[in-house]
Amino acid sequence: MTFELDPGRFLHIGTQAPQCLAAHLDNQVATESPRAISRTSENDPAKHGEQHEGQHYNISFQDLKTVFSHGLPPRFVMQVKTFNEACLMVRRPALELLHYLKNTNFAHPAVRYVFYGEKGTGKTLSLCHSIHFCAKQDWLILHIPDAHLWVKNCRDLLQSTYNKQRFDQPLEASTWLKNFKTANEHFLSQIKVQEKYVWNKRESTEKGSPLGEVVEQGIMRVRNATDAVGIVLKELKRQSSSGIFRLLVAVDGVNALWGRTTLKREDKSPIAPEELAFIYNLRKMVKNDWQGGAIVLTVSQTGSLFKPRKAYLPQELLGKEGFDALDPFIPILVSNYNPKEFESCIHYYLENNWLQHEKAHTEEGKKELLFLSNRNPGQLERLCAYL
Amino acid sequence: MAALRVSCGAAASYRLFLGGRVSSARGQGLWKAAAAKLQRSPGCQILRLRHTTVVTTRKNVAALRRETYTVDFIKKQIEEFNIGKRHLANMMGEDPETFTQEDIDRAIAYLFPSGLFEKRARPIMKHPEEIFPKQRAIQWGEDGRPFHFLFYTGRQSYYSLMHEAYGKLLDVENRQDQLRAKGLFSEKTKARDPIGSRWLIKEELEEMLVEKLSDQDYAQFIRLLERLSALPCDAAEEEFVGRFRRSVTIQSKKQLIEPLQYDEKGMAFSTGQGNRKTAKAKVAVYDHGSGRIEVNGVDYLLYFPVTQDREQLMFPFHFLDRLGEHDVTCTVSGGGRAAQAGAIRLATARALCSFVTEDEVEWMRQAGLLTADPRVRERKKPGQEGARRKFTWKKR
Repeated sequence: MTFELDPGRFLHIGTQAPQCLAAHLDNQVATESPRAISRTSENDPAKHGEQHEGQHYNISFQDLKTVFSHGLPPRFVMQVKTFNEACLMVRRPALELLHYLKNTNFAHPAVRYVFYGEKGTGKTLSLCHSIHFCAKQDWLILHIPDAHLWVKNCRDLLQSTYNKQRFDQPLEASTWLKNFKTANEHFLSQIKVQEKYVWNKRESTEKGSPLGEVVEQGIMRVRNATDAVGIVLKELKRQSSSGIFRLLVAVDGVNALWGRTTLKREDKSPIAPEELAFIYNLRKMVKNDWQGGAIVLTVSQTGSLFKPRKAYLPQELLGKEGFDALDPFIPILVSNYNPKEFESCIHYYLENNWLQHEKAHTEEGKKELLFLSNRNPGQLERLCAYL
Repeated sequence: MAALRVSCGAAASYRLFLGGRVSSARGQGLWKAAAAKLQRSPGCQILRLRHTTVVTTRKNVAALRRETYTVDFIKKQIEEFNIGKRHLANMMGEDPETFTQEDIDRAIAYLFPSGLFEKRARPIMKHPEEIFPKQRAIQWGEDGRPFHFLFYTGRQSYYSLMHEAYGKLLDVENRQDQLRAKGLFSEKTKARDPIGSRWLIKEELEEMLVEKLSDQDYAQFIRLLERLSALPCDAAEEEFVGRFRRSVTIQSKKQLIEPLQYDEKGMAFSTGQGNRKTAKAKVAVYDHGSGRIEVNGVDYLLYFPVTQDREQLMFPFHFLDRLGEHDVTCTVSGGGRAAQAGAIRLATARALCSFVTEDEVEWMRQAGLLTADPRVRERKKPGQEGARRKFTWKKR
């Protein structure tokens, strides 16, 4: 299967043979050293194709610091720190999404893609793979690492300055703005605000000033952070259709936007998600009434509130309201490892000398791990972890 | 007057039911005759005796001394037992001549239904030999002279046994020497089958000799017997040695191995059941699978999120090195998460017996895969906070 390459995007092919010789490459890969089973030297997600399925590719530390300052799951971050390298496995769902992204028509409204699957199958990391691809393609990344964090465990809820009915979350908003700034440094000076925003009696942002100022304002004045986030979202949505930049909206755990919250007002009455300013703005962002980008989402049960453990389908996790809001979307199922990917993962751990048991090299050891984890990536990682 | 004799437990005390409580019309005449006979026999201690509790303030030394049963007493008990057996057979409408001990047990369980959990506390009626502990008869005559020549060793039965065994050993060796002298000595050594029988244990030997033994004595005796059995023996010596061997039932033969069944697609499968605490599991193990396990319709990774439970499921397959070869479908109910895992493990092990050779079944049994775990939750007792935990002890 050949990929249609978007003209003007890929200037050079790279050291590997072109993708149309996929079959030939398979043979090549098999005859190379065992290292090639689990790793590939192709570090640009744009060039990942089916022949790389099951192989790990390296993410440079630079990308980690900028793009993934807040996106990766915590266990993965620990693994990166241990191995001193960030290697992500190329898998079929991510490849499918990359294929769609490469072929997006930016004149049409943004398409929504939803990763769904059982717990621990790799939805968040597939999302990160696609974010890395978009970052390399120079898109503007709007990444909310975990929407569930916004609907629970919030210590300080302020009444919103903009709208009296809604609530602000200053701390989370300011941290998110900081990460957003590190991820999209170069865009913040290019994009200009198209309205005047008055923060309070003394401060205001003029029309035409760069977006970076709004972000700075939000970081410095924590009280206005949530409003700053709202402004950023509004401006980006408005201006992405103009074509200056491509916008990628990536939300992990999008089912938090339509679920219930555990936050309460002072009089102990519960707060609905739409009464949180951030959630309200985010819902507007996830609607597909803008062009010039794509929306990639994940539904997960892990951080969700009041959802049964066994639920994993989008219908169950989003609820009726969420499903109607997100309809139509393209669902992508992320499943457990197939045997090849499982082998590759074990090889990767063995190469990094992570599996210290003497039986880990043998076939019986691999069979045991296979049985115990049932080829689930999350479970396998936990099994192989330190005690 | 009823003369029905029932003994409870292995205690030394006995009881007699007086009064016409037994309301069977049959055999009344016999009973009356028997009772009259009892009444008339002199020195009969039975009639009047009721079980009285002796209330003393001082330690009753006499009561603490072990009650000795005289030979006459035991004989009388045996007679009464036999008569009672015949009465019981009459009551139950069976033939008194062919009334066996199992029949007696069944009759007693029927006539005296007991809800007690401890089996030894229920009413039993057994031969007095089994109830009263064996005691030695008086070892010396009226002049005070002991009967046995080894009496003054202190352990006459043990030493006489050793003496006898060694005598037999010497006989065998003499015979061998004679044969060798004649040249007819043949090297045939027939090995007694070691499996299927075992030597007596020390407690059993003590019971047989009615004497206390020490560990060294016992070891010495067993060594002598082994030495004797190593040589080619006559039938007499075989019989002598055989008195000290008990048969051992081979455990593995008790395991029923179900034959393989075949479903409509032609796939071989086998079912098994297992229990653990309150959990019950039914399992169907299919051949030519890929290691997929489904519990109550859900994948086992989702049903057992804890790794420990999945390790329990893995154990039978891992033990037989058949990790990726079978598919399993099971239903389980009751119990908690670990109990369900244990129940499924037992059920899969039992189901796998059909796929596997007899040796491997024996290995599984020795590994403990085929034994149902008998541990259940212990009941809470009154006066305590839990099964074992007592209430906090307060000094005042």
